[in-house]
Amino acid sequence: MQLLFFLITFPLVIAAFLLVLKNDVLRGVIVRIAGFVICLGSLALLATTFHRDIQYFAASSLFVDKAMFYIEIILAVYIFYAGIKYKRPLTVVLIFLQTVIMVCFELFCRKGLVVDNNMFVDKLSIVMTLVIGIIGSLVAVFAIGYMRDYHASYHKEVKDNRCFFFFVTFAFLSAMFGIVFSNNILWLYFFWELTTLASFLLIGYKRTDEARRNAFHALELNLIAGIAFVVAIVYLYFSAGVAELDKMIALGKAAVLLPVALLCLSGLIKAAQFPFASWLIGAMVAPAPVSALLHSSTMVKAGVYIMLRLAMVLEGTLTGFMLALIGGMTFLLGSFIAISQSNSKGVLAYSTIANLGLIVLCAGVATYEAMWAAVLLIIFHAVAKSLLFLCVGAVDNQIHSTDIEDMSGLVVRMPRMSIMLEVGMAGMFLAPFGMLISKWAALKAMADNNPLLVAFVVFGSSAMLFFWVRWIGKLITVTGAQENIEGRIGFTEWVPLYILSFLTVGVCFFFPLVCKVLVEPFLIEMYGRTVLIGHDNIAIMVMMFAMVILFPLSFINYGKRVKVVDAYMSCANVETATKYRGAAGAIRNMEMRNYYLEKYFGEKRFFAAGVVISIILILMMLGYSVAWK
Amino acid sequence: MEIISIIAFIILAPFIGGMLAWLDRKITARMQGRVGPPVYQPFYDVLKLLQKESLVVRRSQNFYMGFFLIAVIFTGALFFAGENILLVIFALTLADIFFVLGAYKASSPYSFAGTQRELLQMMAYEPVMILSAVGMYMVTKSFYIKEIVFFKSQLVFYLPGLLFAFLYVLAIKFRKSPFDLSTSHHAHQELVKGVTTEFTGKTLAMIEVAHWYESVITLSFLYLFFGHNPVSALAAVAAGFFLVILIDNTFARVRWQLVLMSSWAIAVVFGLGNIFILFFILK
Repeated sequence: MQLLFFLITFPLVIAAFLLVLKNDVLRGVIVRIAGFVICLGSLALLATTFHRDIQYFAASSLFVDKAMFYIEIILAVYIFYAGIKYKRPLTVVLIFLQTVIMVCFELFCRKGLVVDNNMFVDKLSIVMTLVIGIIGSLVAVFAIGYMRDYHASYHKEVKDNRCFFFFVTFAFLSAMFGIVFSNNILWLYFFWELTTLASFLLIGYKRTDEARRNAFHALELNLIAGIAFVVAIVYLYFSAGVAELDKMIALGKAAVLLPVALLCLSGLIKAAQFPFASWLIGAMVAPAPVSALLHSSTMVKAGVYIMLRLAMVLEGTLTGFMLALIGGMTFLLGSFIAISQSNSKGVLAYSTIANLGLIVLCAGVATYEAMWAAVLLIIFHAVAKSLLFLCVGAVDNQIHSTDIEDMSGLVVRMPRMSIMLEVGMAGMFLAPFGMLISKWAALKAMADNNPLLVAFVVFGSSAMLFFWVRWIGKLITVTGAQENIEGRIGFTEWVPLYILSFLTVGVCFFFPLVCKVLVEPFLIEMYGRTVLIGHDNIAIMVMMFAMVILFPLSFINYGKRVKVVDAYMSCANVETATKYRGAAGAIRNMEMRNYYLEKYFGEKRFFAAGVVISIILILMMLGYSVAWK
Repeated sequence: MEIISIIAFIILAPFIGGMLAWLDRKITARMQGRVGPPVYQPFYDVLKLLQKESLVVRRSQNFYMGFFLIAVIFTGALFFAGENILLVIFALTLADIFFVLGAYKASSPYSFAGTQRELLQMMAYEPVMILSAVGMYMVTKSFYIKEIVFFKSQLVFYLPGLLFAFLYVLAIKFRKSPFDLSTSHHAHQELVKGVTTEFTGKTLAMIEVAHWYESVITLSFLYLFFGHNPVSALAAVAAGFFLVILIDNTFARVRWQLVLMSSWAIAVVFGLGNIFILFFILK
């Protein structure tokens, strides 16, 4: 109990402290220590609770309820004011609507509501805590050096507001911990809204017009999520008189299908699924650590977390099936669109949307096998994606570009960084790394449930293969001599990157252990049965692993017994290794560019299709939930 | 038992693969009114390559191809140990990725163009492979090859659509005309030799041997559709192989758009359609 309280309040205290602290050095020290403490706190939670059943805590406090209520009002006023100041009528309307409903509810209905347990912790909470605590703090530590370079050399035009940046970052972590420990839905809602606001502030950090526009876009969509949440709370109160997650789920499908559908809608927005995916794409304007945070351990993971919580209700319902279709379609279309992206951040953003779609697909199917896959996806995706975003950020700070084509030959210019990028990408799609294990599990879950859903996984994964290999390939393609520019990256940036790289590899090694300690007990708590992976399969994975890891060993033979020649160009090679004599004796430079197939996998086309189809599916999902009694 | 079949695969597959390569060349020659090479020609070719000097553009490019060979052998070993069929497909993908990365590493315009096309081809055949595995799973209730192959009745009766789709992508997997986009056994293509342009000597020999292994694995996959009766299965595999050669000799190369779209369309209509119908029958 104290530990939960600590994990929620400690980052908040640190955040408040960082807001007023102007000294760079001291800030760096505090962020590092705080990050370390949060990591330790998350691990301590694992150590003290992994062997226990679900624990509920009353933690009732009139003061906390009141404080949350007033903070909500203050934040609403702030958003209202920002909406008016920057002339965003939609923001104003949405926040007004949401606040009015919530205030009325608090004033008139709150008294009649009996909440036994405000907080709880179970295996899924622990998994989420580890993801938030460890990855979140690593990103924060990385941000120290990154933000310094960001302001000092690359983005001089952006106002240095790092106090504020770290304030929001740590508040964000606190809110995320709040989400995963709340049993009281009103508390959950409070933290839910905090993450909305935090992401708004972080996306708009640059304060350019574009950043502001995208921040408001994200805010507006997430306010819609808030309204769906509020409506779910109110409906739940009037129909069943409960406001606790466990009680709600215990009521069974018939009583709570509509509020569950609304909460899932809210989750879909947070998880940036179609038709709401646009806010996550817009969030790319923010500095890299923000993206890393939003894409890996916070925000989008909050969205899928809530769906996993509600999965018990969804299993076997048409609502769940619709949700699965939305997720599946997002996986498929997100992967297709990623093919057309030459900007590495675009590829990462769409692959996040796609992979989150896969988790939603699993949550919608909601069988124990699908849940197994979903939890693993959350873990593996968080680690690999945060690594990739941070690497891209660090590369961007050096070469001032995030275009994949500009990363040609990065293996020579930034060898360590490019290896980390490769590790991250391998972690995203390649056998025997993490994401592939979970995709495999998802595939089996779909085959057992409804083989039609298999199609999404199959075609989406094939598309994924294309854009990841293409990027790895570009990194190792070297033309001409290039100098090593890696030395300019500071120590505080390397450390988190190293840790994340080792984690990306390590979670694949330790995943049987993770399954045994956390995921399997979680499934047994929920379903009474679990997935058992065959020992032979694990052995094979380990062998494949060994094979992939041995690959660097072949560099012992580097340059031995080979004669280096220039590439064949079908013309005479002249001057340097990359030039040839073309038509009419003109000397031309050779160039190699990847296929992006915009004409076939263009963003516009598929995004529009995704929006239309998913809106229809969401309407069907809600309609069915209303009609189903 | 498993050990024996793994060892048998590792030793025999190159011979069978070499023989298949010879058969391919011989039948093709006969179709074109030529005599064709003697049976040991493919082996002589490889032995000759082994004695050649190794020329490279980038010093590490050969390592990728070495691992291509290792990963292909590993895949085959998994297959003949009767392991999980999805795992076999993933391992084969891993092998192909080494193949593509090697060509990327070579940093040459022709091999680079080859990589793009090879990736497109992988994207084209992968869905059918996985859908076939899922179809087999639905019928036999197992992903394990040792259980699929000894299933009590002919899988092909349940999976005719998937078989058709598989035969279609077989030609892509063999990199045969009309789908020989990324690299070709004939030196008449516009990409020179595509993926393998910058590889010589021992490494090219390794690639050749890896392709032999790959052919055996791919045809073994086809075998599974008929696994109930070994005689008919072998006949079907032979017929499938002949079909690929026949098509190779009768069609001109198509553009990548057609490769991708047609194979996905077939995967959806015949593959997914088959699975859909099966789902309702088995229900």
